[in-house]
Amino acid sequence: MTPLSGYLILSAMLFAIGLAGALIRRNAIMVLVGIEVMLNAANLNFIAFWRYGHNPQALTGVMFVIFSIAVAAAEAAVGLALIISIYRHYKTTDVEKINSMKG
Amino acid sequence: MNWIVQHLWLIPALPLLAAGLTALAKQRHRKFAASLSIGSMIGSLILSCLAFKDALQHSGAGEVSRQYLNFKWFQFGDQWLKLGWVLDPLTAVMLAMVCFVGLLIFIYSVGYMSHDENFTRFFCFLSLFAAAMLGVVIANNLLLLFICWELVGLTSYLLIGFWYHKPSAAAAAKKAFITTRVGDLAFLLGIAWLYSQAGTLTFYDHGQGCLEKDGITKLVAQATAGGMAVSTGIALLIFCGAIGKSGQMPLHVWLPDAMEGPAPVSALIHAATMVAAGVFLVARVYPLMSGSPGGIPSGTAALQVVTWVGAITAVFAATIAVAQTDIKRILAYSTVSQLGFMMLGLGVGGIAVGMFHLITHAFFKALLFMGAGSVIHGCHDEQDIRRMGGLRKFMPLTFATYAVGMMALSGVPILFSGFWSKDEILHSAHAWKISHWPFYLAVFGALLTAFYMTRQVLLVFFGDYRIALGRITRTEQYSLEHAGVPAEEHPQSELAGAPHESPPSMTGPLVVLAVCSVILGFIGTPLWPWFQSFLTGEHLRFDGHALAKPDVLFTMILSVVVVTIGVGLGYWLYGRKPVATAEEADVLEAIQPEVFTLLRRKYYFDEAYDWAFVGLNRWWAKACDWLDSWVWNGLVQLCAYVVVGISWVNRVIDEYVVNLSFDEVCRRVAGGGNLLSRLQDGRVQRYLRIIGIALTGLVLVLIWGCRS
Repeated sequence: MTPLSGYLILSAMLFAIGLAGALIRRNAIMVLVGIEVMLNAANLNFIAFWRYGHNPQALTGVMFVIFSIAVAAAEAAVGLALIISIYRHYKTTDVEKINSMKG
Repeated sequence: MNWIVQHLWLIPALPLLAAGLTALAKQRHRKFAASLSIGSMIGSLILSCLAFKDALQHSGAGEVSRQYLNFKWFQFGDQWLKLGWVLDPLTAVMLAMVCFVGLLIFIYSVGYMSHDENFTRFFCFLSLFAAAMLGVVIANNLLLLFICWELVGLTSYLLIGFWYHKPSAAAAAKKAFITTRVGDLAFLLGIAWLYSQAGTLTFYDHGQGCLEKDGITKLVAQATAGGMAVSTGIALLIFCGAIGKSGQMPLHVWLPDAMEGPAPVSALIHAATMVAAGVFLVARVYPLMSGSPGGIPSGTAALQVVTWVGAITAVFAATIAVAQTDIKRILAYSTVSQLGFMMLGLGVGGIAVGMFHLITHAFFKALLFMGAGSVIHGCHDEQDIRRMGGLRKFMPLTFATYAVGMMALSGVPILFSGFWSKDEILHSAHAWKISHWPFYLAVFGALLTAFYMTRQVLLVFFGDYRIALGRITRTEQYSLEHAGVPAEEHPQSELAGAPHESPPSMTGPLVVLAVCSVILGFIGTPLWPWFQSFLTGEHLRFDGHALAKPDVLFTMILSVVVVTIGVGLGYWLYGRKPVATAEEADVLEAIQPEVFTLLRRKYYFDEAYDWAFVGLNRWWAKACDWLDSWVWNGLVQLCAYVVVGISWVNRVIDEYVVNLSFDEVCRRVAGGGNLLSRLQDGRVQRYLRIIGIALTGLVLVLIWGCRS
């Protein structure tokens, strides 16, 4: 078993855990956490394929991941802000109860 | 053309103006209303006197002088409708009479109506009546005459129903209006026929008028159904109007009932002027009646009808008057009877004979009615002669004037006007060539007239007062004071119900009329027939031997005998032993109860009309009602049911076909939407789950695909 396979399996497990978190948890923050986990699983894939790919000298994979992390950070900030705003409106963060766009 | 002819219209215009102004006055403006009305009548009287003087100046020379003024009213088609007025002796005489009697009655009304709160309205109606009546008199056009004629009918209706809160007065007003309408319908037909035949309704228009030579000749020459001349047919139709207005058989029924109105109304309208309008109408269209432009009496069919209707009415109404007990009703039937005499006079003797009786009758009948009004006023609105008696002691002035009127009406010889005018009629009837029966009827009528007037005067003024006198009540004291009677003129006024003499405004006119009733006779005696020559335009001369002519002498002696018998019979039956109590049966009733009841019930004329016309009307209304409720209502109901059925079918189709399918489609669409909306319930996690499952499925498929 090559090291790549190990990373890929880890990444797949992370993705599965994040997906499960996003799908199962009722707390909106935990859903956001799940999404972050899935995002990082993807980042791990990028790194793994770059490190064990044809041209590891070019820093393409790292650059991609740095961008991805930045986007993830921005996404987390927007997501938290949305959650706070929703909480102020509904007095809850339970995603089961938040089922309409119109307040 | 002189001033008065041009301004003849002012005579009716003055009272009309007064009526209009009075109509605007408030109820409490009593003095204003009375003085305006009386003032306008004085103005009209002065103008009438001027007109009379003018007619006098133009009279003589063997022909009737006639001045007229026509003006164009409006155009229809290529013809102008002309209206106008005429001044001839007939108009002049009537104008003077109507204004004079009218003025006296206006003055009398001030006293008579003094208690009435609608005093102002009364004078408004009276003035309107005077205007309409004067309009009838001056009209030179049958249409204008008809307009005023109907106005007269209207005011008559208003004045009979003046005390409209009394049901009997309201009914009498309706009866008068409807009964005269029957005659007026025929009158209107006659007018239409005359217009279609002669092309004009103007009486005198420089040879073009319908009463002038050319018009009459044309009308006489044409024949209509049954060989009757057109002029006869038209004349008979116009005469129908006169029958209605003048209360002749068989349309007399309204006149006695019209006595429900106030006494001045009875005197003015239903004795002196309006009912005489029918007689005046016949006199006015006399050329048409007699078929000759000069108006010479001849035995035409129309004049024969006039004669017979007059003669029969004269006797018929006189017999009814014998059995009546209401003081005004006796006078009313007497009026009907005297109007019959006038018609008879017109039929047999021409304009002068009928009109002479009209003028004298107007004075003494107005006198009698106003005397009766004074009696009623004095006896506290008692009208039953059985409940009077001995009044000559209480009201001497009324008694004296009433006696004059009674003698004039009965035709007491020489001194009283009724004698001369009635004698003239009898004389003409005696000379009538066609039949002697009208003469016999007239003589009998004269006998009855003398009889019933004697009966009335004896019952009212002689004997003892038949109501027990007691203490006077406060309200009666009040009414006495308000009648303007000072207490000292009432020696009996401390006794309740004691009759009292009327105020001067009432007795004054009585005295004037009584004087006129006497002196008017002398303008038409056979010795010096001024009136007749004035009306017919013949040369006037004093004929000292006229009285000695055998036929004149015969009728005069006959009428003296007849009056003597009538008065004597009346005295013999009622005067020898005065009636003691009000409940006592009439002397005649004791002799002939059946006949007396027949007369008292007026030959059951009202009942017959009630049975025949009212009953027929009612039956017809019932038939219509039946038709309405069963036939027409059935049809309507059927239509309604058909419509209801159709709409029921519609509803079923709508509900079970259209609605049901539409609803089903809607329900399906809604259900589908409902189902699909579950996919998008807003729960984000569920979306994600589906995406996750789908992704997993996709990955598995891909893996599966890569394997194979």
